[in-house]
Amino acid sequence: MIKLKELPKEEYFLPGNASCAGCGLSIALRLAYKALGPRTVFVIPACCASVIHSPFPNTAFASPCLNIAFEAAAAAASGVVAAYEKRGVKDVTVLAWAGDGGTADIGIQALSGAVERGTNFIYVCYDNESYMNTGIQRSGSTPYGAWTTTTPTGKKQHKKNVPLIMAAHDIPYVATACVSYPRDLISKLRKAKEITGPKYIQILIPCPPGWRFPTEKTIEMGRLAVQTGMWPLFEVESGKLKLNGPSARLVDKSKRKPIEQYLKSQGRFRRLTKEDIEVLQTWVDSSWEHYERLI
Amino acid sequence: MSQLIIDTGNHIAGYACKAAKADVIAAYPITPQSSVVEQIADFVEKGKMDAKYIRVESEHSAMAACIGAAAAGARTFTATSAHGLALMHEMLHWASAARLPIVMAVVNRAMGPGWNIWADFSDSLSQRDTGWIQFYCADNQEIFDTIIQAYRLCEDKRVRMPTMVCHEGLILSHTSMPVEIPDQKDIDEFLPPYDPPWILDVDKPVTHGSLIYPEWYMEFRYFMDEAMKNAKKLIPEIDKEYGRKFGREYRGYIERYRCDDADLVLLSMGTIGSEAKIAVDRLRRHGFKVGAARVRVFRPFPKEEIQNLAEGARMLTVIDRHISYGMEGPLFIEVKASLYGKEDGPLMTGLIAGLGGRDVTYLDIEKIAQKSLKHLEAGKVTKEVEWVGLRR
Repeated sequence: MIKLKELPKEEYFLPGNASCAGCGLSIALRLAYKALGPRTVFVIPACCASVIHSPFPNTAFASPCLNIAFEAAAAAASGVVAAYEKRGVKDVTVLAWAGDGGTADIGIQALSGAVERGTNFIYVCYDNESYMNTGIQRSGSTPYGAWTTTTPTGKKQHKKNVPLIMAAHDIPYVATACVSYPRDLISKLRKAKEITGPKYIQILIPCPPGWRFPTEKTIEMGRLAVQTGMWPLFEVESGKLKLNGPSARLVDKSKRKPIEQYLKSQGRFRRLTKEDIEVLQTWVDSSWEHYERLI
Repeated sequence: MSQLIIDTGNHIAGYACKAAKADVIAAYPITPQSSVVEQIADFVEKGKMDAKYIRVESEHSAMAACIGAAAAGARTFTATSAHGLALMHEMLHWASAARLPIVMAVVNRAMGPGWNIWADFSDSLSQRDTGWIQFYCADNQEIFDTIIQAYRLCEDKRVRMPTMVCHEGLILSHTSMPVEIPDQKDIDEFLPPYDPPWILDVDKPVTHGSLIYPEWYMEFRYFMDEAMKNAKKLIPEIDKEYGRKFGREYRGYIERYRCDDADLVLLSMGTIGSEAKIAVDRLRRHGFKVGAARVRVFRPFPKEEIQNLAEGARMLTVIDRHISYGMEGPLFIEVKASLYGKEDGPLMTGLIAGLGGRDVTYLDIEKIAQKSLKHLEAGKVTKEVEWVGLRR
């Protein structure tokens, strides 16, 4: 695994961008950029990133970026890849960078199509578990019980497992990551860069205003998500799932912290009853049983 | 050496895409467009065309992929019909506002429900305000020539607006006609390689399609309108140049047939315009001074050319293959708007005909003309808008 001091000193996601205080997305963007380098072309649909990176006439990006409509990131990236292949442009990484709404919901058709076609690109879903840019509305990626502005009494359904949906497409590389584990995140992006074909990485991005926690606790929230097993870190290659980093030790249920620790530190779970917490804990445990079968 | 082939309108659109040397094609099948993309797939897979062909999972993605490819420096092509075009709607705005010169063949088909695969202009005319240049063809040769001209036009740095080249489903899409395919060397001379002013290039990074606050948004829209005005000037110039090189031109915006001394001019678009010529000939044999005018370009709209046409005529009868519900036929609306404020303007009537592929024959057009001639004699129209051949 990469050492942090080996990362480039250059900044490619530039200061002055318009992100909120404590924004997990801006940390992820900075790290991803350092991992992939400036020969990266971004394709960004409607999402927090599209707002914070470049209000005209400024831009916080050191490499080219094509903004595109909400549901169209993977399709537009397919076009960029095809044009580069036709024109013989090499050594460029095409990176679609979308939120969870643009991935799990409105963009899933284009994403499924692009990976089924074997498009040579990296698709990153930065998952803050709601439509944060439009004001904290529920997405398919919002966990059970979470308050959002469209689920004022808590979401009634569980989080959609897009990484496994992507793995079911039998693509060369699927991974999950979390902004709180930068070395794991960077290693996965670097690995994806070296693989030809479609690569999918979903990064959990704690969001202070959306999840209702103090801005200095972003990294702590991500750690708790991983340590409680709410967000496992894994890779899927050739149909085999491999748990990474701290998640590798969490197959044994007793090693996982109880999810209450995670839930109690966020305002969005404030209304959860004891029964709700049990529902969520059962879901976490059964998800892990499923992962275990895929190892 | 040019080559004479006999093939359908759809296959000819495919030949034009090949002759234009499109780099990236992204397309999704829909009746009656499918044989366009089948023809291109055949060219690409047999190595007759050096292009990347993205078989997308929807029309929305087809246009999104064309946008990505055009932004990354490729000449792009797609084709669709009806519901496919409607699904693209959001991305049509995106393509024009991103100033990407994508060319698309639209094989006109009626919108459902009820399901209908036959021709009318409800699909493309519904996209009037998306910032796309719109051509309407009346035969297969015109489809080929217009697609080549469309690339030359929309890639011009003064324009950089996407272009749709429309032809009616089944009427042209599946009808074989002789078409002259010019020598590739001559086409290459007329249409040089795509040379965009900016692309997604890591060595010259730009961010494209950024968030724009109200203090700048309007200026970008103004530039788009200016680009359309530039297109308005360039369309006849490019057509003339094409004519000099290949021996065929379309006289810019309006194909006029026996209009010079006509009291009554029948205005239409697409194949109704061809059919109208036969009606005109028959009426002329009986001494009626009738002419036919076929509007080839709907955006930018040929306002001045319509004014010029109206100067000589005592009556304009406009036949629309679409209805803007609650108003009138879109061509009729534009013709009237073009003549607003002109004193001693001609009498005008608008007809809705041929929706959902209902045949509009020269006999139908002859009847329309005879009715108009009666109005002309009486000096007034009894009904401003009428539906032709309506069963009640």
